[in-house]
Amino acid sequence: MGDVLIFGEHQGGHFPKTTLTAVHAGLELASKRTGKAIAVVAGDAPEALATELAKYGVSKVIAVEHAALKNYLADAHAQALAALTKKEGVEFVIATATAIGKDLFPRLAARLGAPMASEIVTMNDDDTFVRPMYAGNALATVELDGPVKVLTVRGTAFDAAKPAGSVAPVEKQAAEIDVGALKMEFVAFNATKSDRPQLTEARIIVSGGRGLKSGENFKTVLEPLVDEMGAAMGASRAAVDAGFVPNDLQVGQTGKVVAPELYVAVGISGAIQHLAGMKDSKIIVAINKDEEAPIFNVADYGLVADLFKAVPEMAAEVKKLKHS
Amino acid sequence: MKILVPIKRVPDPATTIRVLPDGSGIATDNVKWVINPFCEIAIEEALRIKEKQTGEVVLLSVGQSTWQEQLRTGLAMGADRAILVKTDASLDQLAIARIIAKVAGNEESDLIILGKQAIDDDSNQVGQIVAETLAWPQATFASKVEFAGDKCTVVREVDGGLETIAFKLPAVITTDLRLNEPRYASLPGIMKARKKELKEVAADSLGVDLVPKLKVKRLDAPPKRQAGRKVASVEELVQVLHTEAKAI
Repeated sequence: MGDVLIFGEHQGGHFPKTTLTAVHAGLELASKRTGKAIAVVAGDAPEALATELAKYGVSKVIAVEHAALKNYLADAHAQALAALTKKEGVEFVIATATAIGKDLFPRLAARLGAPMASEIVTMNDDDTFVRPMYAGNALATVELDGPVKVLTVRGTAFDAAKPAGSVAPVEKQAAEIDVGALKMEFVAFNATKSDRPQLTEARIIVSGGRGLKSGENFKTVLEPLVDEMGAAMGASRAAVDAGFVPNDLQVGQTGKVVAPELYVAVGISGAIQHLAGMKDSKIIVAINKDEEAPIFNVADYGLVADLFKAVPEMAAEVKKLKHS
Repeated sequence: MKILVPIKRVPDPATTIRVLPDGSGIATDNVKWVINPFCEIAIEEALRIKEKQTGEVVLLSVGQSTWQEQLRTGLAMGADRAILVKTDASLDQLAIARIIAKVAGNEESDLIILGKQAIDDDSNQVGQIVAETLAWPQATFASKVEFAGDKCTVVREVDGGLETIAFKLPAVITTDLRLNEPRYASLPGIMKARKKELKEVAADSLGVDLVPKLKVKRLDAPPKRQAGRKVASVEELVQVLHTEAKAI
């Protein structure tokens, strides 16, 4: 009883860190429920990836194969995972709340007639879960009622699973999909070209806000500091709304939730909805010319300064430090 | 095209949210209630589609009588009529989605556009559940919606870039931030909205299962992060990050 099915999301032939986060959370839940943790990798040729995931401490990995699973599409994946959930008789299905996790899991829950808790941050011993609401201004303790329960976890709230020293068996299965019921067609994926680390994987994030004043300034002022620090670049919703940078850089309630070792907020006032996306960072630095800006209330180190002067200076100082 | 736009009433995003000491909810005195920002984007997109192709935009809310206020605002933006499915019960996402699916069936909707997420419970579930309930295609986190004949192409905001998918209607689309800039209600719009139809339907008259399977037991205030200190210069900042925080 209490088995857990972990969704092994893959992108471009590899597992992002967020998948290992789901594995870690799934292992923790299975151990609380004294059940097995089973991972599933879906695709048109998922076996190699399934073998890779078998190293991370799960009891088995199921490679679910079907031509319709070649590109991620919600309808085909929901069908395949719902069928597998029933077949394996698991109590929980779990994924990290990535773009795919958020798109797929509610659809999967509906197909299973199961309740779903989004973006949980804590698993309690009494079968309840904790999830943030109101941009993180409230933590809700929730209870799910039913034989099957669907969960997504917030990527920043759990560690990534580590290789376990043993390798679990990989079981290959043909996915149960009614091809006639599929209605969605994949057309294209246009990747944002960047040599920088992904926001959800970076150790350091440097984010810019409306204070940068233009997209051009993100390039000429902020990016040299981002690259000098080997950081990922983020942005506030205000900067995205103003069209300075693409939305996939947005950190906040309605963008990405991050918790790096170091978060540098540049020209960001600190609206509630931005804080919701970064306040769990280990060290927060704020650079803002307005000393009353709410960002300073959560910053470990605040510098009241004109960013157009301070940011190039900081890039130079970091460079000096690296060469000292 | 018949477009159904389910909308939600939420506290204004600028409101400071306080959890009640007994954990039963949030303090609602002094809260200004507004249309969820992503729902406003959904209304705007529906109006733009209607303006290009003709059709009807029907708003839908599931809540109490007070929610009429937000439906009227949506009507003032230009929607044709509104339906309030009335309930005082606290429904979960499954139940809300079942109601929306049921109304879409009754209304013979071709397209349902709704916000990707409500900024109160931050669940990001309802659109996807509606799509599966109706066995319709879904395009979540849309940043561009285009029609060619009966085919709809949607650009979606996903991790690491933009994804394009296509499908035939009927379908469910959930809105992301950059899809459009919602219009304000004009004064003539507000006048006209008073005369538009706003129908109330009792939730338990729809014959759908409303028993919640996801229950919120308690709310707690999150631990507060302590403010640190100010540094005097960039040089000092880089020094403390190196020697004290050991972050660089």
